Amino acid sequence: MMQDVASRENGSWLQATARQRLAGLLDPGSFAEFIGPEQRVESPHLPIFDLPRAFDDGVVIGRGTLGGVAVLVAAQEGQFMGGTFGEVSGAKLVGLVRAARDHKQLPQTILLLLDSGGVRLQEANAGELAVAELMRAIVQARCGGVAVIALVGGKAGAFGGAGLTAGTCSRVVVSEQGRIGVSGPEVIETNKGVEEYDSRDKALVWSVCGGKNRRLIGMADAFTDDTMDGFRAAAQAQLAVSKPLDLRTLQHEQARLAHRERTLGGCNDAAAMWTVMGVPDPDAVAGLDTLDFITLAHSIKDANHDAR
Amino acid sequence: MLTLDYSHTADHRLGGARSQAIIGVVASGNLEILLERVLPGAACEVQIATPVKGYDATWEAVVTEFVSRSSPGGLRISINDGGARPDTAYLRLMQGCALMERS
Amino acid sequence: MTLDEVLGSLFPAGHHVAVSAEGWITGHATRKTGGPVSVIGVANGVALGTAGVIPLAAQVLEVAAQDDRVPILVLVDTQGQLMGRRDEMRGLPEYLGHLAKCLLLASHLGHRTIGLEYGKAAAGAFLATALATDILVALPGATPAVMDMPSIARVTKLAESRLRELAKTTAVFAPGLDHMVFVGAVAAVWDPAKPLDEQLEQALAAASPDDVRDVRGAERKGRPVAAEIAKRVGAEATGQFGLHAAA
Repeated sequence: MMQDVASRENGSWLQATARQRLAGLLDPGSFAEFIGPEQRVESPHLPIFDLPRAFDDGVVIGRGTLGGVAVLVAAQEGQFMGGTFGEVSGAKLVGLVRAARDHKQLPQTILLLLDSGGVRLQEANAGELAVAELMRAIVQARCGGVAVIALVGGKAGAFGGAGLTAGTCSRVVVSEQGRIGVSGPEVIETNKGVEEYDSRDKALVWSVCGGKNRRLIGMADAFTDDTMDGFRAAAQAQLAVSKPLDLRTLQHEQARLAHRERTLGGCNDAAAMWTVMGVPDPDAVAGLDTLDFITLAHSIKDANHDAR
Repeated sequence: MLTLDYSHTADHRLGGARSQAIIGVVASGNLEILLERVLPGAACEVQIATPVKGYDATWEAVVTEFVSRSSPGGLRISINDGGARPDTAYLRLMQGCALMERS
Repeated sequence: MTLDEVLGSLFPAGHHVAVSAEGWITGHATRKTGGPVSVIGVANGVALGTAGVIPLAAQVLEVAAQDDRVPILVLVDTQGQLMGRRDEMRGLPEYLGHLAKCLLLASHLGHRTIGLEYGKAAAGAFLATALATDILVALPGATPAVMDMPSIARVTKLAESRLRELAKTTAVFAPGLDHMVFVGAVAAVWDPAKPLDEQLEQALAAASPDDVRDVRGAERKGRPVAAEIAKRVGAEATGQFGLHAAA
């Protein structure tokens, strides 16, 4: 059993390593790792680029219990190569989801601790395929009743393939520091100019891809503060409400997303969106503390649904 | 990439019940260390994979100091270095040893 | 081949496929066998944003709701996801994820899905469209890329010339159709000199909801370890529960 330097219950999720997050999230002593670092399943490609490798290629997978309930877990290490999907790290994720899909005796809940900027460019094609395989495995697993819950609150956020992966999960938990997007702010600025997206304007960036916006538009189901306890409680609550994926789910999601496009398509910024959605004081959102924000989010009709 | 290998005989075998531990992350200025209680007696091996060339003597000194301070007998220690400073490396080695000493 | 040429060769008897002003492909056609096929896609190298997802996903869901196993053809010529503050703000990951889910669910419900890449294809939009199908084929001249070389050079801090050197010995990172074949993403490259309708029939016959891309990538040596690692995870997971490990 692997363990890292101790994590306190109110320790920061954002500052923690993948292993520290698992230690803080799961019931003490319950974690058992699959393909652990001692097996040294490392990237066969990084040496070509003269880059250091990680014993676990930046993804920790295994099983444990959450409040006594058996779960499978996967945690991306955002500090290693930006948490990116490589051939090995991607295959570990794919293998875990396929295992849950194929073996009903395994825990039918997967907690995905996403912390990734997307695919690892040094292994771009392998990483891209891993994401595609992961998304297919997630949908198939969910159709069979597996709940896949994304937890987003690390420094790398969930961008690119990780953002799309979050978009295939049963439920999504996010903290204020968590960000979910497709293209990163810097990439958009480089391609479209600073007028389109000033990536150094932190308030702007958070209003676009940050946790509070994601929760309010209904892209995330739960908001938590940046603590182990917070993510733990939110994950447990989401576990209880996850349902299998079927045609009706996606028909409802289609309606939800078409409605959002119609009603928010003309908005120029997040404050305008939130106004349309019924937030009484959009400018106060950034400063709201966790409890007040959670209360607000619960009052917004389009933020709460099970059409995912 | 450069691989450095150091073999030592520590004063005594390290106490504790853990068979293995891992600490740190491979990131700029940081490193990860895998410790495995797999060697006989008080033997200790430290292997370092690092992208930074020219610091052999520094690594050797850090490892020697660590071995004499912690007596990590029985441990095979493997390091993936992301470009850590010697004091960071030393600290992590000590932290890793402390984990292995837990019951 | 242009889109019109592709459609003309796929459906020599005619078709009801249209391209909107924005570049969204929708419609249906009749296969060589006489059966129907639903056709969606992105044309003219345009970017796929939230607006484009709505009509494409709507059609996929209509097909998925029918109990008739009608296959879905996804034609892909996109520059990638739309890069913009407003689309991101409105939840672009959710929209692209939704389109992928619709295609994946349709497959799960018995509708074979086939992607045909005839132009560009990159990242987000690639994942949501071409790579969300049961089988992906391409025409020569297609230029799939996860990211363009100059950007890879910038991020990896390596000269493009060095990257091109490296790309000669590994298929794992550089743009290009050949690499996508070697890593297992593209099942086959079609021959534009032969009728496409027959090649469509062959591809549909080979399509299945079982994801064999990692196995294919190992066979073709472009992705040496992914398939074996995924399998190993399953074996370890089930072994730990004391269950009989899957073969």
